[in-house]
Amino acid sequence: MTDKIFSKEEWLAGLKALSQTYRVFVPVKDGDFHTFMPLDNGKIPDFDYQNTRLSPKSIIYPQSERMFEYSLDPESPEANVLKESSKDYSPMAIVGIRPCDAHAFQIVKRNFDNPEFRDPWWVQRAESTTLVGLGCNEPCSTCFCTELGEGPFGQEGLDLLLYHMGEGFLVKGLTQKGEELLGKITGGRPANDQDLKAAGDLAASASGKTGPAVPTDRLREKVTNDLFNAPFWEEVAFACLNCGTCTFLCPTCWCFDIQDEVLGKAGDRIRNWDSCMFPLFTLHGSGHNPRNNKFQRVRQRFMHKLKYYVDKYQNGVQCSGCGRCVRYCPVNIDIREVCKLMNNYA
Amino acid sequence: MLKYAEKIRETALKLLKEDRIDTFIGYRKGTVPMMNEPVLITDPDRVDQLHWDSFCALNLCNYLTKRTDRIGIVATGCNSRNIVTHIVENQIKRDQLYIVGIPCEGMIDHRAVLRAVKYREILDIREEGDRFLVKGADFEETFEKNKFLQSNCAICTHRNPVIHDEMLGEQVEEQSGVEPFTDVEKIEEMEPVKKQAFFTRLISRCIRCYACRNACPLCYCPTCFVDESSPQWVGKSSDPTDTMTFHFLRAYHCAGRCTDCGACERVCPMGISMRQFTKKLNKDCLDLFSWEAGLTLDQRPPLDVYRPDDYNDFIR
Ligand code: SF4
Ligand code: SF4
Ligand code: SF4
Ligand code: SF4
Repeated sequence: MTDKIFSKEEWLAGLKALSQTYRVFVPVKDGDFHTFMPLDNGKIPDFDYQNTRLSPKSIIYPQSERMFEYSLDPESPEANVLKESSKDYSPMAIVGIRPCDAHAFQIVKRNFDNPEFRDPWWVQRAESTTLVGLGCNEPCSTCFCTELGEGPFGQEGLDLLLYHMGEGFLVKGLTQKGEELLGKITGGRPANDQDLKAAGDLAASASGKTGPAVPTDRLREKVTNDLFNAPFWEEVAFACLNCGTCTFLCPTCWCFDIQDEVLGKAGDRIRNWDSCMFPLFTLHGSGHNPRNNKFQRVRQRFMHKLKYYVDKYQNGVQCSGCGRCVRYCPVNIDIREVCKLMNNYA
Repeated sequence: MLKYAEKIRETALKLLKEDRIDTFIGYRKGTVPMMNEPVLITDPDRVDQLHWDSFCALNLCNYLTKRTDRIGIVATGCNSRNIVTHIVENQIKRDQLYIVGIPCEGMIDHRAVLRAVKYREILDIREEGDRFLVKGADFEETFEKNKFLQSNCAICTHRNPVIHDEMLGEQVEEQSGVEPFTDVEKIEEMEPVKKQAFFTRLISRCIRCYACRNACPLCYCPTCFVDESSPQWVGKSSDPTDTMTFHFLRAYHCAGRCTDCGACERVCPMGISMRQFTKKLNKDCLDLFSWEAGLTLDQRPPLDVYRPDDYNDFIR
């Protein structure tokens, strides 16, 4: 695999050239925070960012996505036939994605791409996307990726990893897909041992800078019903607004709802992100709602992430430690605290 | 503002011990700077958790809706006005409440603080009188609180609670000479096309998380119109028309009831100024009906009543 050094200018010029063959998404400053946007939107990429407010999950899994279209016109020979909407699967690259968010794609993959089910749209989009990570020199105090993943320079799920080194970048090749993308970027020079050592030092110093440890080691041994019936849920949930902030900002939340929308004689079948925090999420056609109370919905979010997922996939928790929900839950319901309560519950 | 924390704890302890209330609703200090968590205390041994500072900018009235117990609650000026509205609208009974009033000097706008420190990560904030000290890993800066008030607090003329059972301090002087509606007037002057462009842009980042709706004490319908599926009033995708419909309808449902407490804006993860909608309606209520929400228990909100002898021509 190739390791190369680029100056900042070379790298930006390279990305520009790359956007001939890839749809390139980069972090840009948009008002008070950062967002991933297509490189060609005229804004300058900002690789000195902490993380984007919204995770990049929407690039592969849009908040609203048309699945099928149909005609309700009785005159039409194709009346009432669902036809798959056409999609663009041309190559994409998410450049500057943080390791926690790349790890999150691996978590989401277990849901959308497994031996039992394959979500055609998620899978095809993920397959046509190259993930170019950017290690975190300065992780936030609310990040806990070191416990839940491989830390601020984790390589899991990435095709290339960037080390932000003073004036330029060291780019580390990790997969064939990454090498292919790197091959399309001209300039740069091969990294030498000194560069690699400097990069290694950067990573080592960052891994000590994430926030306090969040223990998850005992979640698996807990009896599900004990946690479910634990006495702390009402208290944890009291302040909760049941809004979609935590789940919509989260890179690992994957739930969706399917809606039909009709205008005149044309209809669309759309899937939209949904949230277990919304009362509508579990409302039955009969009018019965098995999670009618706020605390049941809050419990579901944490039980899913920190217990059901753990038991089902035997591969960690459904959280990458990105810290978004910790920072932006408007009433400060902190998953790190809830995780501690669950992990320590006798 | 910090001085009230101890007083809140004392009052809550007294009320719980004397069995005058079953629960006390206040804030506890958050796990991250500038964030506090609403908390419900029933056990006198746990009143230590109660906290107060200039980041208690949610609306605690939100947690009163249809409760049946006897509740002690902390209330600033705007929160107390929402409590009045709640009582008038039968969401809670006056005699269930023990209102602990705080003469408010305004809450700090957490976004403005972030901007002021150039978005570097804030690790700690300490208030000292009318200043506050912001600390990060490699910086320390002091700011004047007055220059960092939330935009609704900067124009507030009801800082003292309008209803209370006990006050935790001397009344503060109300701000005079504020011009609360300069922003609304600017929009009013726009051509319709520009107006539409303004509002379209305003909400362009909205992700329909509904935090604004849910943080607002006025939104207590058992099923909100956006959640209703038969009939379906509004589409659920991220189509801009549906998002706009949501914002318009939410705002109109608040007409004559909104106290401009700012909770909606405070909680938005995308930093959207949706008070631009409700403020216009507040202005209209003031201009047309001389009405400000939540000042009196004796009158229902203007759009809630019809009187044949109404002094306005347009309604007769
Ligand atoms: S935990 Fe926080 S972000 Fe999540 S629904 Fe509750 S209030 Fe909203
Ligand atoms: S649960 Fe919170 S910390 Fe974990 S991945 Fe989701 S947003 Fe990030
Ligand atoms: S609409 Fe916003 S400002 Fe008005 S009462 Fe509701 S939360 Fe407060
Ligand atoms: S809180 Fe903000 S993002 Fe969420 S629905 Fe309201 S305006 Fe939209």
